[in-house]
Amino acid sequence: MGKLNKTEKLATNGGWITTKFNEVLGWGRKYSLWHYPFITACCGMEYMSAACAHYDFDRFGMGWTRFTPRQADMLLVCGTITHKEAPVLKTVYDQMTEPKWVVAFGACAVSGGIYDNYAVVQGIDRIIPVDVYIPGCPPRPETFFDALIKLQEKVQKEGHDWRWKKRT
Amino acid sequence: MLINMGPSHPAMHGTIRIMLELDGEKILNSELEIGYLHRGLEKTCEHKTYFSLLPYTDRMNYVSPLINNLGYAMTMEKMLELDVPQRAQYIRVILCELSRISDHLTALAAMTMECGAFTVFLYTIKAREFIWDVIEHTTSARMTTSFIRIGGVRADLHPDWKDHLKTAIIETKKVLKDVHGLMDKNKIWLNRTRDIAVVSPEMAINYGWTGPCLRSTGVNFDLRKASPYSSYDHFDFDVPLGERGDNYDRYMVRMIEMEQSMRIIEQAMEKMPKNKAPLLAKGMKPAKAIEASRKQKVEGGIKLSPNLEGSEKDKYADILSTGKKYIVPPKEDTYTSIEGLINHFIFFMKGHGIRPPKGEVYFSVEGGNGELGYYIVSDGTDKPYRWHLRAPCFHIVSALEEMIKGHYVADVIPTFGSTNMIGGEFDR
Repeated sequence: MGKLNKTEKLATNGGWITTKFNEVLGWGRKYSLWHYPFITACCGMEYMSAACAHYDFDRFGMGWTRFTPRQADMLLVCGTITHKEAPVLKTVYDQMTEPKWVVAFGACAVSGGIYDNYAVVQGIDRIIPVDVYIPGCPPRPETFFDALIKLQEKVQKEGHDWRWKKRT
Repeated sequence: MLINMGPSHPAMHGTIRIMLELDGEKILNSELEIGYLHRGLEKTCEHKTYFSLLPYTDRMNYVSPLINNLGYAMTMEKMLELDVPQRAQYIRVILCELSRISDHLTALAAMTMECGAFTVFLYTIKAREFIWDVIEHTTSARMTTSFIRIGGVRADLHPDWKDHLKTAIIETKKVLKDVHGLMDKNKIWLNRTRDIAVVSPEMAINYGWTGPCLRSTGVNFDLRKASPYSSYDHFDFDVPLGERGDNYDRYMVRMIEMEQSMRIIEQAMEKMPKNKAPLLAKGMKPAKAIEASRKQKVEGGIKLSPNLEGSEKDKYADILSTGKKYIVPPKEDTYTSIEGLINHFIFFMKGHGIRPPKGEVYFSVEGGNGELGYYIVSDGTDKPYRWHLRAPCFHIVSALEEMIKGHYVADVIPTFGSTNMIGGEFDR
């Protein structure tokens, strides 16, 4: 039994090679976040500002906007998600390949925002898992960069999803 | 062949779906499905008081929120029969024209980027940033400002506003010159927009088009000229008209309209009425004034506001109407006297506040896309009985099926871009 526990421990914590590999992998991933902007409403305007020359999120290593979910690592949900839009968002999320991260951009995506009524999903975390929440209606580009740096920290710490590792 | 375009499509702005019936690449028929951004706006507004529903108007046409504010505020002013001070009207005009420029810039940015001109997208958004800087400087918010209030504006202009505005105009002019150079005679751009989705004046009027899209067909109708509101008749500007009513004309009308908007802003800067109670002594910089106000004996002419927002009691004459029942009581009174506090509570309390007489009212302003109209039915309480918005791009996009018929799939993108659909006001 004791021996088995020891191997288990090795597999989860990793030896020197795997930890170093994870570090390099995290470093690579966090500076190449290709994102899919799921823009529906007002927050898209601030997303455009963040993308363009004044604020320029390319400086943080997320230069590529991919308009197909299959090439994207990061889903940016900018704007209100209504009940009619919700299945579309879910489909887009399912189409993305692992590993994938989701950012809820703005109050509507976080919690439904000021639209507390019959038509609006009260936060996208009711449909898909969310990694970073950005408050604001709409958030300023600086707030978005703050969230982006937080997400990059998270990505750095995430290990490689080893195939033989048991999922809990 | 049937092909589904959107709603998750980069050019469909996330909120519209087009079913295309194709023969090869030719569009035989199409059907639009809308409602992906239906946020229950009208119903939500009917459950808010007249004062507190103002932030919802920001989020309708979110590229030009100040024009939406203006439309709502002026509708209420018509209902309540309020007069707005001249200076407040000029502030409104400047902010609305800035919003119009930012609206057109965004529309063209999206339209050109979707056709592959990414440089133009970067340039126009750069200009938009300069404009938003001015708006932020004045209203302390970039987009959703709620600055234009019923009866006037929230605050007076910043002492430095002219310098900021001048920078923004110079930068925008530079960008427009660049965009003209990049796009006007560009072969690719001409091929994709010239004689594509031609709309005749009759068709445009039948569909209820207004704004730059209607003017691109050659119909001379601009609410700022046709029924001048908010002292637009004090300014000298032209209404650009198109000749053919195709995508290129819709692009060009927007480009020229931005230049005209800047003309209006420049005139308004010159003609701006002096404020009766200036915040600072003439020629004194804000930092100097703060320093001076800390001295034991404060020299004359220096008055610092308690909240430094430009909405002091002295300024109310410049920025807000005299109808006491309909404007927020000054903060100085609220914080210092019991009557002021009572007035404050009465204004914000449920069942009190703004209670217009029974009746209905319709008023429209020239929004970024066209006639932006509000229809409000009042039943005498503090909440609207019915609150309806006439969104300009709803009528424009409803013609899309007919516009793209017989064209190629690739033509859908610039055509749809030229209609400038804004989900917030479109689906409401």
